[in-house]
Amino acid sequence: MLKFIKYSFFDLVRSYWTIIYFLFYAIVSSAILYFSADMTKSIVSIMNIVIVLIPLVSIIFGTIYYYNSREFTELLLAQPVKRSSLILGQYGGLALSLSLSFIAGLSIPFLAAGILGSEHFLDFLLILLTGTCLSFSMSAIAYMTALRHENKILGFGISLFIWFFLAVIYDGLILLLLVLFREYPTDSLAIIMTLLNPIDLSRVTIMLGLDISALMGYTGAVFLKFFGTIKGIPISILSMLIWIALPAFLMVRIANKKDF
Amino acid sequence: MIEIEGLNKHYGRNHILKDICLDIREPGIYAILGPNGSGKTTLLKSIIGLVNPESGKIEVCGSSVFESHNYRSSISFLPQIARFPENLRIYELIRLIKDIRNEEADETNLLELFNLEPEMKKRLRNLSGGTRQKVNMVLGFLFDTPLIILDEPTVSLDPVALAKFKRLIAAKKKQGKIILYTTHIMSLVEEFSDEIILLLDGKIIFKGGLDNIYKESGENSIENAIASLVDTNGNGECN
Repeated sequence: MLKFIKYSFFDLVRSYWTIIYFLFYAIVSSAILYFSADMTKSIVSIMNIVIVLIPLVSIIFGTIYYYNSREFTELLLAQPVKRSSLILGQYGGLALSLSLSFIAGLSIPFLAAGILGSEHFLDFLLILLTGTCLSFSMSAIAYMTALRHENKILGFGISLFIWFFLAVIYDGLILLLLVLFREYPTDSLAIIMTLLNPIDLSRVTIMLGLDISALMGYTGAVFLKFFGTIKGIPISILSMLIWIALPAFLMVRIANKKDF
Repeated sequence: MIEIEGLNKHYGRNHILKDICLDIREPGIYAILGPNGSGKTTLLKSIIGLVNPESGKIEVCGSSVFESHNYRSSISFLPQIARFPENLRIYELIRLIKDIRNEEADETNLLELFNLEPEMKKRLRNLSGGTRQKVNMVLGFLFDTPLIILDEPTVSLDPVALAKFKRLIAAKKKQGKIILYTTHIMSLVEEFSDEIILLLDGKIIFKGGLDNIYKESGENSIENAIASLVDTNGNGECN
């Protein structure tokens, strides 16, 4: 598997899109740091970008990468290799290159702004960790969807719908359920629904770390009340890991049954 | 070397391979022919393990293809479409394939044969379709395997590269390899093939040498012989 991670990483890390993605983060975070003197505000602004952009870019990039390497995957599968190693390796290389662009793009301006000695260093690390988890999770969902659908337009459409559902529709759905069941205790429902969406989960994780109750929203506040910061962050990170492992597991299952 | 029994494969409602039986033991060049959609590529892909058939048995060099992937170390495969990771260079791609197979091989002669040495450091996305097909050839013939499978190998090749490909195939035949290929170029079939396997609607309707196909069809050119056999629709029995 490491061989496949290595090749897809070295292929992708030299792609124009990876470089543009890196430059985008570098320029945007430099601009935010330049215009905002307060580090907390900068981190919150970055969080808002990270939570929208990482899922979208991971979904688009993951789907395109699978369809572009479709023929080469066939050639590799004709070699004496295990399907699961190849597919997980390709996915690993993809998620790693996306994460590296994001980490490097964010770290360079923040290090230059003196985040290392700052009291917000741990908050910044939490953003990097959550963003990396989100990159791995969403690109796994994209890779799994593309593997499942041979028709590129259908696969791409479903991937984009998944992003739209998790990033936009889901919050409305939570709100609707909370209003509908307002006469019942809804704390558990809010927690479960947050755990079931990797994007919401990332937002709540960062919010718990930053400890800004005003920005938490209802789900964040319930999460904090239920678990507290100390327990809340590990639980949400663990849930994020499940959000990586589950699509990766499904990806291997689909690949093993697939006709290439 | 290749033993197939009762192989069936559906794509949705389409029955692509219908109870295929095939036994290839002797070294030589085997052409798999048939109209578009007759199941040629699916048959090749089943042998390589890219396609999961619903029923049947496939053994390559005595090992079942459904049990382990190790049997593929005795196969060289050249896919129909030559697309590679865009940002890698030719020498990196060759190194990658050697690394994956965990096998050493000397590509110098092949690179020289297809005049690829000046292109070695170019990124694969900057290569023309024909040059990519030459790279495909190098990868397909890089390892010394007893079985060589080629899916439409001559697509995009210029006449010079085609002549070199023919020399390469002749040399491999001399070395006692089994070469299995699909093509729509009948002159290539007449020039090279020791045996023809003709597929129609997922069934093998003919298997035999060139002389036999002329005799059975009553025609004297390969195009007409195949057209005649396709028209009469064959008997679909295992040969």
